[in-house]
Amino acid sequence: MTDNGSIAAATWEQVELARHPDRPYALDYIHAIFGGPAALDHRTVMVIAQQKGRTTAERAMRNFGMANPEGYRKALRLIRQAERFQFPIIAFVDTSGAFPGAGAEERGIAWAIAENLVALAQARVPILTLVLGEGGSGGALGIGVGDRLLMMEHSIYSVAMPEACASILWRDIARKVEAAQALKLTAADLKRMGLADEIVPEPSGGAQNDYGMAADAAGAALRRHLATLEAVAVDRLLEDRYQRYRRIGATYSAERPARPAGSLTSGGGE
Amino acid sequence: MFRPKTRYVALPSPRVGVGEEIDRLTCPKCDTSLEPARLTAALGVCYRCGYHFRLRAPERIAMLVEPGSFREEDQNITATDALGFKDSQPYSKRIEQSRASTGVNEAVTWGEATLAGHPLVIVCLDFAFMGGSMGAATGEKITNGIERALHSRLPLLIISASGGARMQEGMLSLMQMAKTAAALGRLGAAGTPYISLLTDPTMGGVTASFASLADVILAEPGAMIGFAGARVIQQATYETLPEGFQTAEFLWQHGMIDLVVPRPELPTVLRQLLELYATNGVAKDFDLQPQANASAPAPAVRG
Repeated sequence: MTDNGSIAAATWEQVELARHPDRPYALDYIHAIFGGPAALDHRTVMVIAQQKGRTTAERAMRNFGMANPEGYRKALRLIRQAERFQFPIIAFVDTSGAFPGAGAEERGIAWAIAENLVALAQARVPILTLVLGEGGSGGALGIGVGDRLLMMEHSIYSVAMPEACASILWRDIARKVEAAQALKLTAADLKRMGLADEIVPEPSGGAQNDYGMAADAAGAALRRHLATLEAVAVDRLLEDRYQRYRRIGATYSAERPARPAGSLTSGGGE
Repeated sequence: MFRPKTRYVALPSPRVGVGEEIDRLTCPKCDTSLEPARLTAALGVCYRCGYHFRLRAPERIAMLVEPGSFREEDQNITATDALGFKDSQPYSKRIEQSRASTGVNEAVTWGEATLAGHPLVIVCLDFAFMGGSMGAATGEKITNGIERALHSRLPLLIISASGGARMQEGMLSLMQMAKTAAALGRLGAAGTPYISLLTDPTMGGVTASFASLADVILAEPGAMIGFAGARVIQQATYETLPEGFQTAEFLWQHGMIDLVVPRPELPTVLRQLLELYATNGVAKDFDLQPQANASAPAPAVRG
């Protein structure tokens, strides 16, 4: 196997671990009301979590963790409430994406996600995001904008799931392994790109082997970052949050204009 | 990006407006053979059935703003291959090819212009450049446009045409959704009006970020607008999609957009909106006069 092939294989292993059916889900980390206020040490935090579902019945109930517009609107309600009560927000991301259904489109899934992006960017409380397993595209980002992005060691976060990417760019879903490697979607990739702040270590072989150890590591990381953020004045916090996204992809590669200035419109330009 | 093949029509538009000859075109909707000159005079709208052809960003802008008023910004910002992405060919090569074939450096063009006497910031996506997809440079230019509107207190018009986030830039693309949305949050809080015009097609991460976050959302007739593509939905759910699914008219019926505007009526509708939204903005400007003077020339100078 070539070097490239082994990197692709290793990346794919990450994808499979991130999706492992025995992997702890949000409810295995948090022992609290799901999607609502929860006690963390001596304070209340607002939890917003995606849950894929363990049993067939729960999966059906949770729609495999793929939220409809109502899910994002529920999250929006919780964000607004967190602001009113000054609860820090902790978002647990675990979804392959927003639900791709006709009903979701009819009820404005894109509108619901976009509104959450603004609400999270402006919420005057600290926000921590932890990717537990899969961070799938806009469906993840819809609850995932915040002050810190933490990722479990074997979690992934991608602009599109490898299968979708392979189907679009290679027109062949079987190329998913290559796609996964090309997308740079592992926790380590995101840390290298400066998008993730911290990788939370998992028990040997993956979080599915020891829920308690995974939860302890996640809890410790969340507490540490929350303590840091709570010490920051809220105006500063919001400015930092703005700049955190503002600087992503500020690529001023001053290359030649493709055409001379002014020829772009019949109106003439300058 | 998930659109059925047949809708990828040959654009009459790359050449419309710059005086070059084009061959006869066939309308993809009514199959009529169209005369280029008549089609151009009809603003790229089929004069038999009303089908709206896709337009390039420069033509869009020229069609709407006062001649000579557009001052383009960030012309030299172009995509970079930060991930070293390669599918059937390297992304760096795709960028080069797109730049060569479209004559622009990115999938978006923006600048200040005057529309019916109103100075504004206009941001226009270009589907011809990699499907109008939003990469890091695209997001950067859009955000620069939004921030210009914010700091200069100018109304903002964004015209979308995009398959969504640009996959070849991975998470750097996805994060542009958050970046543009955060900037629009600030614009909204400042009380500066933002009009979004959705054109064929507007999908994925573009719909789920800046395109749907406007004070007024307009769309062209028949434009395909949505989040997940029809093919993806059918593969995932085996659902039969209703007639007219994800068209501008469908979205209007479901309350997502404010108005479906035929292309020839756009200048009038935009002028009316700019007048309506400018009226009460005066009080706000008055409150913030010192800062406005310090940071930006008064709108009258610009006009």
